[in-house]
Amino acid sequence: MYRVLMATALLVLAATASGQNVSREEIRGLDEQIQDVKQDVISLTSELNRLEEKLLFPSNTQAAFFISLAASDEFSLESVELKLNNQVVAHHLYTFREIEALQKGGVQRIYTANVQTGAHPLEVSYFGKSKSGKEYRGTASYSVDKAVGPKFVEIKIAANQSAIDFQDW
Amino acid sequence: MRFRLRNGIAGAALAALCAVPAAAKTSVDPTALHTEELRDLFFGEALFNAHQDKYLDAIAGLDTELKQFRLLDDPELDPFSLHFGQAEFAVGDLELSYRMHREAGRAMEAVINGDVPQPIKNEAAYRLAKIHYHKQQPANALHALELIEGRVPERVRADEQFLRARVYMQLGRFEEAVALLKELKGDTKAESLAGFVEYNLGIALLKLGEIEKGVVELDSLGRNAGRSEATAALQDKTNLLLGYQLMEAQEYQRARTYFDRVQLSGPFSNQALLGAGWVEANAGRYDRALVPWRLLSQRQNTNAAVQEAMLAVPYAYGKLDVHSTAAVNYGQALELFGSQVDVLTDSINSIREGKLLEALRRKEASQVKNWVVALRKLPDAPETHYLLDLMASNDFQEFLRNYQDLNDLLERNQTWLQSLDAFEEIIAVRRGYYEPILPGLDVEFRQIDARIKMRLEQRQRLAARIDNLLVNRHPQLLAKSEETESRLILERIREILAHNPSLNSGETEARVARLEGVLNFRLSREFDDRLTEAYRHLQALDGVIATLQETYQHYVRRRQAATHSYQGYRDQIATLRAGLNRAQNRIEQLMARQGRMLEQLAIDELDQRRAQLESYQIKARFALADSYDRANELQEQRTDVRKVAEYQQQVQALKQSEPDHETPSGENPPAQEAPGSEEVVGDE
Repeated sequence: MYRVLMATALLVLAATASGQNVSREEIRGLDEQIQDVKQDVISLTSELNRLEEKLLFPSNTQAAFFISLAASDEFSLESVELKLNNQVVAHHLYTFREIEALQKGGVQRIYTANVQTGAHPLEVSYFGKSKSGKEYRGTASYSVDKAVGPKFVEIKIAANQSAIDFQDW
Repeated sequence: MRFRLRNGIAGAALAALCAVPAAAKTSVDPTALHTEELRDLFFGEALFNAHQDKYLDAIAGLDTELKQFRLLDDPELDPFSLHFGQAEFAVGDLELSYRMHREAGRAMEAVINGDVPQPIKNEAAYRLAKIHYHKQQPANALHALELIEGRVPERVRADEQFLRARVYMQLGRFEEAVALLKELKGDTKAESLAGFVEYNLGIALLKLGEIEKGVVELDSLGRNAGRSEATAALQDKTNLLLGYQLMEAQEYQRARTYFDRVQLSGPFSNQALLGAGWVEANAGRYDRALVPWRLLSQRQNTNAAVQEAMLAVPYAYGKLDVHSTAAVNYGQALELFGSQVDVLTDSINSIREGKLLEALRRKEASQVKNWVVALRKLPDAPETHYLLDLMASNDFQEFLRNYQDLNDLLERNQTWLQSLDAFEEIIAVRRGYYEPILPGLDVEFRQIDARIKMRLEQRQRLAARIDNLLVNRHPQLLAKSEETESRLILERIREILAHNPSLNSGETEARVARLEGVLNFRLSREFDDRLTEAYRHLQALDGVIATLQETYQHYVRRRQAATHSYQGYRDQIATLRAGLNRAQNRIEQLMARQGRMLEQLAIDELDQRRAQLESYQIKARFALADSYDRANELQEQRTDVRKVAEYQQQVQALKQSEPDHETPSGENPPAQEAPGSEEVVGDE
């Protein structure tokens, strides 16, 4: 009995089960094929993204809006609302991972529109909280001057100062 | 045999425990995905995806940016140029995270062989080494590390040394690993590796045969590794390792100390309780072994350590001669093993029916932490508690991620295929709208175009005339229509008078000359003002023409946009659709193969556990029978003792009832029962 129990301890501790019935070569071969198909799909995705943009948002009418956060991990963005030409075009509630990605310097494309050349009023509102739980709200307006080429507008939320900065790209 | 087995346990424990820290630190290098100042929005968008582990989107985004950047005539003028090098590294890192090791390796090799400064080559060599290490190819990893000339950048120096040490360990070059790790241990720049360095140093010393030094190193880590969840787990792991190491060396007292240090609620607590019991059992203290084992036997009964404890508890009772309690516990163990064998059989059948893969394909699988454990709650799903150890293995994790990645690709492609259908519909609608109206518009456009051209020519003529007036003063050219009319009348009068001199007189001549003089005087006097006004009008005309030209350009652009909105897509969409369909076929095949491997791994694991439980059942049945026999034997012995005692009491009573044979009390007391025997078997 003692030997039986001790032998089972071996099984408990050496819990590094691996595919005994699957050879290493087979695993490696399959893994490489999966990598190949991933590469193919990435190429296809790039091309499809370009096609989609060309079809749905041609450069002469395209206007894209991006959200970024000023460098601070004290502030947590909860939601953002965009009004373009006095109409709500985007309302986004942020997940934890999205907030984290913004805090690490990521930029979120929140909305892509098709607009004619000329000036378009943009109104941005946000709601967020500090680490201590203090709530912050802010609203700012901007005139988007759309020319012939595509228009990219960065909306930088500066958190604690309750400020929103706009930058044309 | 006993100690050979124990050596095996400790060896296996060492191997199992070494594996985890060795596989750690293979995630994305944050430096490649961080920028102090963003100079390109699309690079920022790729970062946003990358930081959410949306690797495919991030790689596709960066790939597109890099391709476009390489096609530029003056790339240095593009803001992306500031992120170019970083983006190349980031793609490599993201490919690594997306388990595209070959592509990542190629990217790094391209950097190493490229015309770039040595520090960048060194960093690329380090990253390439990391890829090989992750793919369990230590010799290749070392080769890559040897490509480093001079020093690697400061921010990755500690990581590079740590990687090198682990590569040495995998290659069995423990002396070099120890030297590197000792150096790294005192390095303030290796704070992020705190705990892991000490752990690996301890292991390397043990492997090198310097047992005491290794134990001292690990002992210090086992006392205080840190406060975070990861370091607390590392601390437990270290103590567990030390416990088994010392148990192997028969230092039971010291081993117990280390097992006791492991947190009771941590992931290693079951193994620690089991080990603590074995330490006491090995030392012959079965009563003390029962304490951790009994505690363990009340935990999650699918755990292998708990199931072992279910047998170990009655084993210890047997050793303590409490056979009836042992028998009861063996009975409970048998009951549990029987029910769990059924659970395992059902689970194997469930996996064979494809329920495991079905559950793994659900969205929750990649979104909810511990989803694989939670999926057991789904109807007909396998009991995943039995798969926990398997799931922690590298193979299973790789298979699972590959399977989920493939499923994600399949779903993405499916969505794209639907989108392509929608695109074609959009194109058809646009064609249906524009094609009938464009010919008519073109006719109008040509008319407008001709008119614009005419106006432009007129404007050019006027401008030329005005310019000429600046040089050659001709006031009559700026005459108003009535003045021109007057001038023409006067010229006509002159002609008439010339043909009919009889009509002419001094007075007429004077009057005509006076009128001509008045006209010329006015034209001459107002020439400058009129010239200025003519310029003003020309400028106004320029404005009108500019508007006309703008309208013209606008129309041309709209005309082109209208044409481009439905022309030239057919071939591209057909090619993309064919590509997607080909990819879908391959993905389905690969998913089937990967799924089979996953199922096979899970079934093998469950089969193994079932065989183990069946073996336990057999042993428990024998032990149960043995315990009953021994308990009966003991019971019979006790009955005999009791009967003898009763008989003696009766004899004594008889003797006391006979007055002739009266004996003084206390000289011959009745036999007593074995002390405490009733108390021990009181629960039987």
